[in-house]
Amino acid sequence: MNRLRRIALTGFLPAALALLVAVVVLGIVLRILGVDPVKSLVALFDFGETPRAQANQMRAWVDGAVPLFLSGLAVSLGFRMGLFNIGVEGQYRIAGLVAAWFAASVSLPGIVAIPLTIIVAMGTGALYALIPAVLKVSRGVNEVITTIMLNSIVSGLIAYLLRGPFRDPKLGASASGRTAEIPETSWFPGFENPFGWLGMDAPSRALGGFIVVAIVVGVVVALTLSRTRFGFNLRASGANPEAAATSGVGAKRMILQAMLLSGGIAGLVGLPQVLGDLHSYGAESFALGFGFSGIAVALLGRNNPLGIGLAAILFAFLNRSGPSLQNVDVPPSVVLIAQGVIVLSVVIVNEVLRRRLLRMEDRKAASQTPGTPVAPAAGSPGPATAGASA
Amino acid sequence: MPTEVHPSPTSAPSSAAPAVIELRGITKRFPGVVANRDIDLVVRAGEIHALVGENGAGKSTLMKVLYGMYHPEEGQILVNGVPTTFRGPNDAIAAGVGMVHQHFMLADNFTVLENIILGSEPRSAGRIDVQAARDRIDKISGDYGLGLDPDAIVEDLTVADRQRVEIAKVLFRGARVLILDEPTAVLVPQEVDELFEHLQEMTAEGLAIVFISHKLDEVLKVADAITVIRRGTTVATVDPGSVTARQLAELMVGSELPKPDTRESTVTDVVQLSVTGLSLSAPSGKAILDDITFEVHRGEIAGFAGVEGNGQSELVEALLGLVKPNSGRVVVDGHDVSTDTTSERRNLGIAVVPEDRHRQALLLASPLWENRVLGHTHDERFFTSWGWMKRRAAVADTVRIMSDYDVRAPGADSLVGSLSGGNQQKLIIGRELESDPSILIAAHPTRGVDVGAQAAIWDRIRTARARGLATVLISADLEELIGLSDTLYVIYRGKLVAKLDPASVTPQVLGTYMTGAATKEASA
Repeated sequence: MNRLRRIALTGFLPAALALLVAVVVLGIVLRILGVDPVKSLVALFDFGETPRAQANQMRAWVDGAVPLFLSGLAVSLGFRMGLFNIGVEGQYRIAGLVAAWFAASVSLPGIVAIPLTIIVAMGTGALYALIPAVLKVSRGVNEVITTIMLNSIVSGLIAYLLRGPFRDPKLGASASGRTAEIPETSWFPGFENPFGWLGMDAPSRALGGFIVVAIVVGVVVALTLSRTRFGFNLRASGANPEAAATSGVGAKRMILQAMLLSGGIAGLVGLPQVLGDLHSYGAESFALGFGFSGIAVALLGRNNPLGIGLAAILFAFLNRSGPSLQNVDVPPSVVLIAQGVIVLSVVIVNEVLRRRLLRMEDRKAASQTPGTPVAPAAGSPGPATAGASA
Repeated sequence: MPTEVHPSPTSAPSSAAPAVIELRGITKRFPGVVANRDIDLVVRAGEIHALVGENGAGKSTLMKVLYGMYHPEEGQILVNGVPTTFRGPNDAIAAGVGMVHQHFMLADNFTVLENIILGSEPRSAGRIDVQAARDRIDKISGDYGLGLDPDAIVEDLTVADRQRVEIAKVLFRGARVLILDEPTAVLVPQEVDELFEHLQEMTAEGLAIVFISHKLDEVLKVADAITVIRRGTTVATVDPGSVTARQLAELMVGSELPKPDTRESTVTDVVQLSVTGLSLSAPSGKAILDDITFEVHRGEIAGFAGVEGNGQSELVEALLGLVKPNSGRVVVDGHDVSTDTTSERRNLGIAVVPEDRHRQALLLASPLWENRVLGHTHDERFFTSWGWMKRRAAVADTVRIMSDYDVRAPGADSLVGSLSGGNQQKLIIGRELESDPSILIAAHPTRGVDVGAQAAIWDRIRTARARGLATVLISADLEELIGLSDTLYVIYRGKLVAKLDPASVTPQVLGTYMTGAATKEASA
């Protein structure tokens, strides 16, 4: 019974409750904005009339979730260690560019070129994340500041690279920057009829195959965190840096490793676009912003790989419905409001439930030793104090 | 409204003195447990009323009820004979009940005066009336002989001074009943005597003092009445003149009080830990550790006595490699580890029981079994050579430690934060001793644990010592130090000022060295 309650409190209940709160708050906000909440809600679930249109909507939804998932995963690795890697945005942009240039430059069979490109992308992301990590470890510079600044620097760096060394030589001088096209053998294969098993039509475009890589990475990260020494040390350092240090986990080493890993995964975020869709990196075509959405996705998914997957699916669902909202005269920015409200309610609901869970644990432990008072000082000063003054 | 502090001469405490606070049948439940039941307590004006009991017996809950932080489900609180309900500490303060917390709540960079008036500043014309505040503080200080300098910065004060500031803070708010939670825990014997003098001056002025303590000899010395609390209820109120410490202890635990005693020596000739010329200075250049040199042999417990903040924490950190000393060598079992990382040192067999278990030893939001492997991630019982975690083995070993060390918790996957301090400490002791260490660095290993657990921990350390464990023991409990140690060092301002034989030393003598009043050069 208690075990069930604990799972309920730590698992899906918070997310479900948070979503409910978010829907109510969002409804009120829309009302204030003079938008019909019911109409908006219906529009969210509008997948189009024809079977083909529905399949296309499904494809856009799933495709949209992949970079959000990878980005959320990258951010969460930092969070787990108590690091705020705001720099996923910059890391995935530079990694996407270098990977696109690399894939276009090598002439190798796809089976070799694609894995190499993935490694190059991860390496680039990791290297770019190494800068804030080294600064933090050696000089104590806060990683929030350095990663934000490195995000700005990346824009200039990419502009330069697309003007010079990485620019497609066939482009005219006035054309906007783009890398050379990746040879077709190195395109990432997709799924032509991904929803056939649901009895749906094939979408106009294939579903990106990179989702397989994303799932594998998610599983590996989940296992690494929960089942390995490295994952344990990472979580310990995040949960209580001083205790981790006392027990022999070097804080500096963990910061370097966590940032490298976070940056490495960030490097993958742009690959679905580069390898599966655009087949080049273009200053105007490469989609930006996944690094920032990833922060929200990681928060929503409570830094848990499975949760991040669900959060990415939810965010992608909302992103996809922007155009449908416009069809019914609802401003598409409602999607952004919705995402913001969801993240806020998740943070609040999580905190409330976490306190309840801690209180529940306190009682359970106290009931082991009858007659012993539930001493709030025994372990959970914050929550218990709140309980005492409530 | 705070009542004015009027010194009202009262005769020596007797049962005829009016009861200022009376608790009748107080019961406080938490879901699933009763923390306090049928508590009866009568505190009279002009008496020091000691409240003794094991950790977890319900003293803290009772004090929180009395201070308005908890609301009892049953029973009555009578203030000066009038039934009263406290909705919060403010009500308690208004009724003249004040609390001096164990951990001081002072702003270090403020003056004594600013700290005392903080939150209840006397005002005139919208501004703080500093002169009125100063007059009142001087009066309080004079009446009770506290000897406060209102303009001193709290940062510069000794622990005993700070405690007097805390007391003055409560008196300033008009308290007639002072609750002191373990006030002597942070003081050396001489300071304890001074504190008791102040307390007696206050009771002579008609104030009542509720004095919470573990230390029975102190209680017997200073209290006018002693109430014993056990398993959530008051078992007896006794007259200190008619009981012995042993009888009191038996009332507290319902069994005999254990003593730390390791007289038969197990010390060998083999040097397990050798520290030479260890020095560490603060960025300001002030010496924190000053040329520390000592050796610990296999089977030896080297005790380090000292007032907190004289370099003990830094000594532990330097031994573990958490801070880099300016000079000096640390040699473990013949290996110079001076440049090794914490992890390398721990893998050589150094076990640690840190002084602050919440900050340095535990992951409170993680289950017991994860805390079991914390610091032992290179133990092949729990991790394969590839770094894969053997969860089942870790859980099984946690269950074993729970039963061997009497760690009371619902299960190995309960969160450590929900355990009582004593159970957390037993888990730490179990985790550290069950990895077969050759050196144990234990800082306050029995702090905040009850008498029963304390005896069990002492027993474990003694058994490990007999097997050849070399122990560095840092403690504020002088009895523990004298009872357990084979060799006793005194650390004062980062320097080892004395090396003493625990068989012939008394707490009084130790106290003299600890305050720097005497020195006897330590030679390892």
